[in-house]
Amino acid sequence: MITLTHYLVVSSILFVIGLVGVIRRKNLLLLFFSTEILLNSVNIGFVAVAKFYGDLTGQMFAFFIIAVAASEVAVGLGLLILWYKRTGTIDLDSMQLMKG
Amino acid sequence: MYELIAFYLFSGLTIAMFLIVVLSKNALYAMSALAAGMILISGFFFLLDADFLGVVQIIVYTGAVMALYAFGMMFFDTTQDVKENIQNSKIIYGLWILSAVLIVIMISAPFMSEKLMLDASLSQDLIAGANNPQAVGIILFTKYLVQFELAAVMLLVAMIVGIILASKRMDSSITLEEEDEKILKEEFDIRESK
Repeated sequence: MITLTHYLVVSSILFVIGLVGVIRRKNLLLLFFSTEILLNSVNIGFVAVAKFYGDLTGQMFAFFIIAVAASEVAVGLGLLILWYKRTGTIDLDSMQLMKG
Repeated sequence: MYELIAFYLFSGLTIAMFLIVVLSKNALYAMSALAAGMILISGFFFLLDADFLGVVQIIVYTGAVMALYAFGMMFFDTTQDVKENIQNSKIIYGLWILSAVLIVIMISAPFMSEKLMLDASLSQDLIAGANNPQAVGIILFTKYLVQFELAAVMLLVAMIVGIILASKRMDSSITLEEEDEKILKEEFDIRESK
């Protein structure tokens, strides 16, 4: 029998994978991918809670998270293309304008 | 039984796909693996009786978001590997993961021990007898109507921003400070001449 805990465990494993991606990768495109993984893992958690508590609010939250993710991709990819046009690289370290 | 098999299949495949995304050197492989992972996550949604959300997941993520990434990648030179200089040791990452897991346990332990019960009294009678897409529609257009409209405005803003940022002449008008601009130009010229 699959319980809520199973889904939450899978969700947190996926979240950790996304977190590792965000921390570790230096390619900006891969950073965006990792962000998508984070959002999706949270979605799984929300929908699982919605099912096991019999309340649709979790699904609504997941729905709005998908909307936020879509707009985040549009804006973020626009900025990334702009940056690539300027500098010719999508390395995260190329964004260190402040020499700290 | 069927649910058990499906759950473990989907979770294993999703974790494998997302591990490929995070660990692969090639951005193209990462993107394909991410698209596959998105579709597998919609499998979770169907398993959890969220039919509408599963369909939305396939349409929005694999249809729109990944297509956007695919088009965006045409602007980049994906064959050129980004040299990632990673200085930190594995211990740091281990500690990161450990602290994340600890925080999750700290936050969730009280809930798990109390076995929190929901109060689903609010709109239960409203959606009685409706299947999932109908129920989602009813809730979305009654309880969450304002948020829905706000999300629509947000998507419109995002669309306009995307068009403005990626269109041709805008890269000359959206500027940083002038000196930074010069430095960046020089760096770019040096890179070009190589």
